[in-house]
Amino acid sequence: MNKNHFAVIGLFLLLITIIISCQKLEPSAPAEDSILDGPVENLTSAQNIQHLAGDVGFNGQVFTAATGLGPVFVATSCGSCHAGDGKGHPFTTLTRFGKNDSLGRNEFDHGPQLQERALPGYAPEKLPVGTSFAKFTPPINSGLGFIELVSEDDILAMAAGNFNNPDGVRGHPNWSLLPTYIKIRPGSENQGNRYITRFGKKASTYNLLHQTILAYNQDMGIASSFDPSDVFTLLDTDPEISDKIVREVVFYLQTLKAPIQRDQHNSDVITGKDLFVQIGCESCHKQTLKTGISPVSALENKEFHPYTDLLVHDMGPGLDDGYTEGSAKTSEWRTAPLWGLGLAPKSQGGQFFLLHDGRARSIDEAIRMHGGEALVIKNRYNALQENEKQKVIKFLNSL
Amino acid sequence: MKILILATLLFIAFNAQAQIDTTLLRRTTADTSKRKMNMDAIYNRPMLQSGKLPVSLGGYVEANYQHLGTDGISEGHQFQFRRLTLFVASTISSRIKFLSEIEFEPADKEISVEFAAVDVEFHPLFNLRGGMIVNPIGAFNQNHDGPKWEFTDRPISAEKMLPATWSNAGFGVYGKYYQNRWLLGYELYLTSGFDNTIIENEFNRTYLPAAKANAERFEESNNGEPLITAKVAVKNTRFGEIGFSYMGGIYNKYQEDGFKLDDKRRLDVFALDINTRISKTGTAFTGEYAWIFVNVPDTYSQQFGNKQHGGFLDIVQPLLKDNLLGWRNAVLNLACRLEYVDYNVGRFKETGENIGDEIWSIMPAISFRPNPQTVFRLNYRFQKQRDIFTNPAVNTAGFSFGISTYF
Repeated sequence: MNKNHFAVIGLFLLLITIIISCQKLEPSAPAEDSILDGPVENLTSAQNIQHLAGDVGFNGQVFTAATGLGPVFVATSCGSCHAGDGKGHPFTTLTRFGKNDSLGRNEFDHGPQLQERALPGYAPEKLPVGTSFAKFTPPINSGLGFIELVSEDDILAMAAGNFNNPDGVRGHPNWSLLPTYIKIRPGSENQGNRYITRFGKKASTYNLLHQTILAYNQDMGIASSFDPSDVFTLLDTDPEISDKIVREVVFYLQTLKAPIQRDQHNSDVITGKDLFVQIGCESCHKQTLKTGISPVSALENKEFHPYTDLLVHDMGPGLDDGYTEGSAKTSEWRTAPLWGLGLAPKSQGGQFFLLHDGRARSIDEAIRMHGGEALVIKNRYNALQENEKQKVIKFLNSL
Repeated sequence: MKILILATLLFIAFNAQAQIDTTLLRRTTADTSKRKMNMDAIYNRPMLQSGKLPVSLGGYVEANYQHLGTDGISEGHQFQFRRLTLFVASTISSRIKFLSEIEFEPADKEISVEFAAVDVEFHPLFNLRGGMIVNPIGAFNQNHDGPKWEFTDRPISAEKMLPATWSNAGFGVYGKYYQNRWLLGYELYLTSGFDNTIIENEFNRTYLPAAKANAERFEESNNGEPLITAKVAVKNTRFGEIGFSYMGGIYNKYQEDGFKLDDKRRLDVFALDINTRISKTGTAFTGEYAWIFVNVPDTYSQQFGNKQHGGFLDIVQPLLKDNLLGWRNAVLNLACRLEYVDYNVGRFKETGENIGDEIWSIMPAISFRPNPQTVFRLNYRFQKQRDIFTNPAVNTAGFSFGISTYF
């Protein structure tokens, strides 16, 4: 046996060593608080299976002409708009237009969402000349299941709590008409045939099933048994997605973990949080909410920290795009949950695209664009010293 | 009578045994580690021939073990039987040949005829080829046999951007010209081609390999338009080979039964391939880079890009060439593959910023060739992939070990 034989045998031994240590030479997982996707802790095995199935439906199912896409559409899959379950990008920002009457009917047949893309051979929709419109950046998905479980009593209590707010903060729930496929929660508050809705920039959708069906239909042109209307012909058509997949995707959204705050023990973050509360931001961006009962025990009766009150507030003329949904006025927007804010650049290509349409390119700019009910509080922020502002921003970046 | 029949059968059986006596099988060896021109790849394969039968048989097999992980999620131990490929060749007459390549890929539940063509030689500079043709775009598509490469995986740019192995029904001509150390080769084919799935697919990107799923292209062209594939290559026996290739045509179904469905939309692919060897050190370089231009409607999603480019470079350095473990002239190589693909070259209309959808990979490797037809290979892949928004890259890394051999 010469030295070459030893070399070859040595290589085989090296191979065996490498195989044994394989996993150590593979990329490690990112820190749990640095990503938005992933299920809530303590799901059962059966719930994990359902969550994974929903993950495939949400992130893995890309629609094509053959599977029902469009023919006019905004996006080709759910995951296209919510990379890593994070905020969307101007490329995936959607446009809604027209005015709704008291029965919830849009003034245009083809509304409220602009179908700005089309399959080859088809023409996309064009915004009607002179109509008002608003652009909506897709939101973070994480923690939606917690928000869905906030009781209507708590939402109404937050609205009532602002009755005598000295800063002029008011806010109210959005009362909206619901599609027939929505099963009303027992004891749900109503004003005639309108109910409290909570999801979306205008807080105009009732629950995650409503939000999901709206997205399938209006974003991708996918008809379902829940909403069989075709966005192109406006006529009912055959379902292009099964109820099972819809339910799995809804479960996936319900069981995504809540964003995890980072650096909460950092002194600047702590000071920034104190300043955030002192100047009055928490009047709308409520730090802590709680869930009620849920068939998913991991979500039941939990406190969580979304920094929202789920109410719509007048944000002033600067953010009044002239378009609205439900009972919200055109200048009224739902208080954006701030959790996950610091992770927004990880899904927005390393940048910030904030506020409802991504017009604010930094947290500071987003604050300075607040008006209306937030004017007094914004002025307090503007009056802070520069280092204090930086601490507020550092706190917001830690969320 | 029964005894007579039995005796006859026994006699035939003994003779049949003699017929498959391996001493009668003649191996037509090809040193596949020393390539001729890339266009010769389909003939540059070891085959077995029985006696004076005009039919030769051959093939290759590829199997791997793999342990890869992506951002903390490991796939665990994966055992893969990638493919079994059979070659059947026949010299019908002195200037008419037939060669076929049939591939079994169990993971894809696919048995496909990748190549099955009749070659008619009129002159070394003018040969007619007809049948199922492997389009000569780049070098890898024609030169894809597993045992020729030091890596367990096919290059990303060749398999996931260009659609290797990409073959179509068609006809064409090819030829070669020799002058001292110089070889000049050309190929020109008209074949069936791509379809709408290259921009309407579940990969959510412009993806030429999606068209491979359409087996109807072997019988009926999607749009009645030919796909033109042309290649010119020059080789100097001292310096190596360089090839320039083009593939293009109308890809979409723009009309049916006389009704206009869409505008005619073109696909154009340009590729450059090289291979060379530094004679002093024996270091071999093999590379390919391709540029793809697809007419995607402006009103369609920018998720589907109208430009792509990408390629790979393999560097192979022999470390040992000796009698090792009883194998004569066995070779131990150190190798590395560098890869890059940008699936969507362009800028977002909304922001003017770069569209991502890119992938990089570095794959160091050790390969051991007990003979030129067989290779054992150990690879470590380190790969980064960024999404369309250029968000933080997804990291994938891990080992693969594989064996591939002609038989």
